[in-house]
Amino acid sequence: MNLLTALARLLIFPGLLFAVPAAWFFLWIERKAVALMQERVGPPFMQPFFDFVKLLGKSTPPRGGISGVLMRAWPLLAVASSAGAVGLLPVLPASGGFEGDLILLLALLEMPSICIIAAGFSSRSIFGEIGSAREAALSVSYNIVFLLAIISIAASQHTFRLEAISAMHPSFLTVLGIIAILVCLPAKLHINPFSLPNAEQEIYAGPMTEYAGPELAMWELAHGLEWVACTGLVATLIAPHFTAAWLAACVFVALAFATVLLLSVLAAATARLAIDSSVRFYWHATIIFAILAISSAIVVRFRS
Amino acid sequence: MKLWNRLLCYARRRSPWLFHMNSGSCNGCDIEIVAALSPRYDAEQLGVRLEGSPRHADILCVTGPVTKKAVNAVKTVYDQVCGPKAVIAIGSCPATTNVFIDSRTLAGPLDKHVPVDVFIPGCPPRPDAIIAGVAKAAGILAERGNHPQQTAIASALPADHAETGEAHE
Repeated sequence: MNLLTALARLLIFPGLLFAVPAAWFFLWIERKAVALMQERVGPPFMQPFFDFVKLLGKSTPPRGGISGVLMRAWPLLAVASSAGAVGLLPVLPASGGFEGDLILLLALLEMPSICIIAAGFSSRSIFGEIGSAREAALSVSYNIVFLLAIISIAASQHTFRLEAISAMHPSFLTVLGIIAILVCLPAKLHINPFSLPNAEQEIYAGPMTEYAGPELAMWELAHGLEWVACTGLVATLIAPHFTAAWLAACVFVALAFATVLLLSVLAAATARLAIDSSVRFYWHATIIFAILAISSAIVVRFRS
Repeated sequence: MKLWNRLLCYARRRSPWLFHMNSGSCNGCDIEIVAALSPRYDAEQLGVRLEGSPRHADILCVTGPVTKKAVNAVKTVYDQVCGPKAVIAIGSCPATTNVFIDSRTLAGPLDKHVPVDVFIPGCPPRPDAIIAGVAKAAGILAERGNHPQQTAIASALPADHAETGEAHE
């Protein structure tokens, strides 16, 4: 991957030029799905864009010292890392990549969550701290399943290169891995039934309680980009291999859209679980998936 | 720059986020606010979102006749809402203190303490009246953002403001 293709992937497709409108679109789908399930009309199509512009035009309370600097830095870092994660996705065939880019993608996908934890604590709000503690507890529990699932897929393909993984043939093992990833996504995206960290009304707005104006706009954007990155990862794993670039792009968008729809309907249909039930769900119920996936990956690896 | 201001003005009108504050209300108006967001009235079509934190909000919705216990909380929350902002007084209580007038436990009405933009009368007002009030406040908010003016800081207003009001009667 030379500098030009890397820049094109980061800035044009599937990077910022595609990902930012897609992020707003997915945020709209998230709200519209809830509205339709409740037999409402719901927000207009451009609503996330209007929210973003409006928040950019609002003032922020004056904050001095190191915590003021940190509170401006965390949302920017979250946006940058999730945009980087979207840019790494191997959407187009033969788009390049490098050995080990899967590890970089996993690290970038984890960054927004770490930023949210740090953001809650640096805002010095008691509600922010509660939200951050919940996010940390949740992140420890779902990440074991998430990482084991991805590592089992990678181990069965003998590579940490995203392009090779996305071009693999579907097997029982990859299906198991994709299901395990899908189960982790609601917690990763903080939607129902795992919307504990930013539990609105219950602990005000969780880690975001003290954030206002442009900072909040950046958090909304980071959340949207996380949607694109996570559903995009699932889409690249599911998508069959195409040689035509336009076909690959269309299939990617369609699969990501289907994943968003599935997760939004799940979010609309469920209520928020308590922290102990959420953690127990990941440690007791879904870790079986992950252990099954990783053990079959080891078997596949020794047989081949 | 002019284009950006027009876009900002339009976006403000289309995305009013509310923060709901109860200053000693009987809960009647609070139920009507929730009803305005329910499937029958669906205020989200106007981009309305009920926010958990006053820092995220554009419009402060106050219900209740502002009791003496609540008056400092109302001022604090008003200051926590970031500008440009608007205030809606929902129901007859924050507008006139309603049936509780002359009660020794009240410091109301609301406009003695914070500048109010829209009054929605009614005991309680109907959800469609609340939605109309929010839409009106969003219009006021959109204009206010592009013509920045001196907005009063509520906690800096004289503390005996309420007492002077009573002395005139």
